[in-house]
Amino acid sequence: MKNTFKLKTAFACVVAAGLASSAFADADTDKLVINGEIDIITTTVAPAHLENVDTIYSGWHFRSDETQAFQMDDFDNPGMIGVEKASENWDTVDGSEGKSCASCHGEAESMAGVRAVYPKYNEEKGKVTTLAMEVNNCRTERMGAEKWKYTGGTMTDMVALISSVSRGMPVNVAIDGPAQSTWEQGKELYYARTGQLELSCANCHEDSYGMMIRADHLSQGQINGFPTYRLKNTKLNSAHARFKGCVRDTRAETYNPGSDEFIALELYVASRGNGLSVEGPSVRN
Amino acid sequence: MAKGVKPRVKVPKTASAGETITIKTLISHKMESGQRKDSDGNAIPRSIINRFTADFNGENVIDVTLEPAISTNPYFQFDSVVPESGDFKFTWYDDDGSVYEETKSIKVG
Repeated sequence: MKNTFKLKTAFACVVAAGLASSAFADADTDKLVINGEIDIITTTVAPAHLENVDTIYSGWHFRSDETQAFQMDDFDNPGMIGVEKASENWDTVDGSEGKSCASCHGEAESMAGVRAVYPKYNEEKGKVTTLAMEVNNCRTERMGAEKWKYTGGTMTDMVALISSVSRGMPVNVAIDGPAQSTWEQGKELYYARTGQLELSCANCHEDSYGMMIRADHLSQGQINGFPTYRLKNTKLNSAHARFKGCVRDTRAETYNPGSDEFIALELYVASRGNGLSVEGPSVRN
Repeated sequence: MAKGVKPRVKVPKTASAGETITIKTLISHKMESGQRKDSDGNAIPRSIINRFTADFNGENVIDVTLEPAISTNPYFQFDSVVPESGDFKFTWYDDDGSVYEETKSIKVG
């Protein structure tokens, strides 16, 4: 009796080991080209500061062929509806100064390259700021307009527009100099276990990517594709809204979108994807 | 009246005679099913696109009846044979009586 039990245990161990080793092969090898002209780097060598990962993969690799196809053509990409809406807002005058985004920035294409380097240290503010914060800075300080809600649809659409003109450019956020202390805070948050389930970001997205978490295929949690159109809620989602969802899933009280903690986490997570192309608006499930 | 409704169509600009081309259409629409309730518990009235048609030079190509279970921003992709140059006309019919139209020309050469 005892012997049989041991044998069964041994067998189970072999199966488990087999699964674990094959699971990492699960990022597929498909190639992403948008509209047949924008080449997207979705797999590349991990940046030097990453200690436990050799290769970084865009979340695109962990989705089904059907979901992947959405992103290959702007017409099929439902996130582009948000981009179109934002293009109208880009030209819409708002606030006491009688200005629109276009009054200062001209065409939205002038923002090419911006998404790739944010979050970034803002000298005037003396802190690291995100793209959404800069949009609100423009609105309140230059346009004399009301702030947009940090993770609201109007804001996320605007970030998607700014992101869309940088597609194909490699993410390259600065982690040294004045941004370093914020980056280190973000790193600490990334590895800190939270909630009743005592999970850190790393437990899923570094230790276990490629495996299944219930019915979902775990990615590396890269944010180069944000804002992301999710099929489950049929709208564009901001990185901070996604962070909130993840932290909530560990059964913890979450930080607020736009809080210092999430800004630090965004900088750190973005830096884990240094080298991947900007993809936003991407499509995921 | 439903807000933010905007039709979009993608048709190749040119084709050869008798060629089968792929047409993609999408209309941004919230497609409110009528089954949902607002925060006070009142039913949100149904508001959907209930019919979609495409015609080529006056001849019907496709005629679709849409039901409330179809999700937001309905997307249709279909193939059509183009015998000659002409215009594709796309029409969406809204529950509220609005009709949205879009026309695309294609050249056969």
